[in-house]
Amino acid sequence: MDALVAQLQMQYRNYTVSLYQQGFLDDQFTELKKLQDDASPDFVAEVLSLFFEDCVKLIGNMARALDQTGTVDFSQVGASVHQLKGSSSSVGAKRVKGLCVTFKEYCEANNYEGCVRCLQQVDIEYKALQTKLQDMFNLEKQIIQAGGKVPQVDIN
Amino acid sequence: MAKDGGVSCLRSSEMLNVGIGGMEPPPLDLDEVHVLAVDDSLVDRIVIERLLRITSCKVTAVDSGWRALEFLGLDNDKASDEFDKLKVDMIITDYCMPGMTGYELLKKIKESSSFRQVPVVIMSSENVLTRIDRCLEEGAEDFLLKPVKLADVKRLRSCLTGDVKLSNGNKRKLPEDSVSVDTSLPPPPPPLSLTLSTDSSDSSPPLSPVEVFSSPLSSPEDDDDVLTSSPEGSPMSEESPIRRQKMASPGLD
Repeated sequence: MDALVAQLQMQYRNYTVSLYQQGFLDDQFTELKKLQDDASPDFVAEVLSLFFEDCVKLIGNMARALDQTGTVDFSQVGASVHQLKGSSSSVGAKRVKGLCVTFKEYCEANNYEGCVRCLQQVDIEYKALQTKLQDMFNLEKQIIQAGGKVPQVDIN
Repeated sequence: MAKDGGVSCLRSSEMLNVGIGGMEPPPLDLDEVHVLAVDDSLVDRIVIERLLRITSCKVTAVDSGWRALEFLGLDNDKASDEFDKLKVDMIITDYCMPGMTGYELLKKIKESSSFRQVPVVIMSSENVLTRIDRCLEEGAEDFLLKPVKLADVKRLRSCLTGDVKLSNGNKRKLPEDSVSVDTSLPPPPPPLSLTLSTDSSDSSPPLSPVEVFSSPLSSPEDDDDVLTSSPEGSPMSEESPIRRQKMASPGLD
């Protein structure tokens, strides 16, 4: 049904553009899409899935490091933040990366409250991105199921 | 398993324990570029591996400098002639890694007689000029700012085609005994000034890499931290055990 496909494609375009406009994604995500093709049609979804696993693990590390009764080892927290900053940068998770920059500064300043706040925010933010991307991938599936092709979305 | 002809680029029989079972050996392509990628981040490893494979490189991805040295056979002092057969055309490594940094790995590679000619590219998320200078002074071929983009890898790849063509490596931009250091490097660094050659039928290093899918490099209790794949294969098949990197004490900068 061409009308359905066209409608879904438009929905997909608008949704994708909004994710960039709202700062969830940056052009590194676009770069990842370039690496996806018919031979590896799920590459982006798979990398993002690994990224989210990374988030769970690293945030867990940060939480444990911040949960010490007594002295907090801020360098240990910072090490996990550094790793999260790196992987979020590599997948285009713009908001998560931005938070990590702030978080890293708090670690370097040994600012406990700042770190705890950032930890909470980073947790919220990666989950929000996860939900948004799930919606986006679902739209892709719907388009394909309706017999259409997922359009290339031009961000600028 | 070793390809017909008995030649193998892999250093020891224990690495060949995993049967390729069912996979056809890829067509022999002596001009195929083999890149060793080193990064402690799993996400980054997957991305760089894909970037390289999409530009027609064979890739071996490892999660640490130690694994890289182990793969190259530089992890012990024994002189090993068999490593002469290991065809690695480029090494691309992250700078910040726990244990051994990319810089330390670079030094070790440049100290080895078998691999000092291999171009080493450093990747880093931080654009620190002193870091860049230090790496170039130590003989790094190039320095990429993360996140790495397809254009970066394509540029490296096109320069490599010129290098691989000559087995004695005298087409390298940096001569063996002197390193030119450009201290005014703008990020990203300027392209390598190698002539691109469209003629790829010259003699080349004798062996083609054997495809090995994830297999334990050493003791069984270690995770599978090595991912080797060919340009045609998909890295994300259900069979390939993509393992998480171990959390080690970080050595930042």
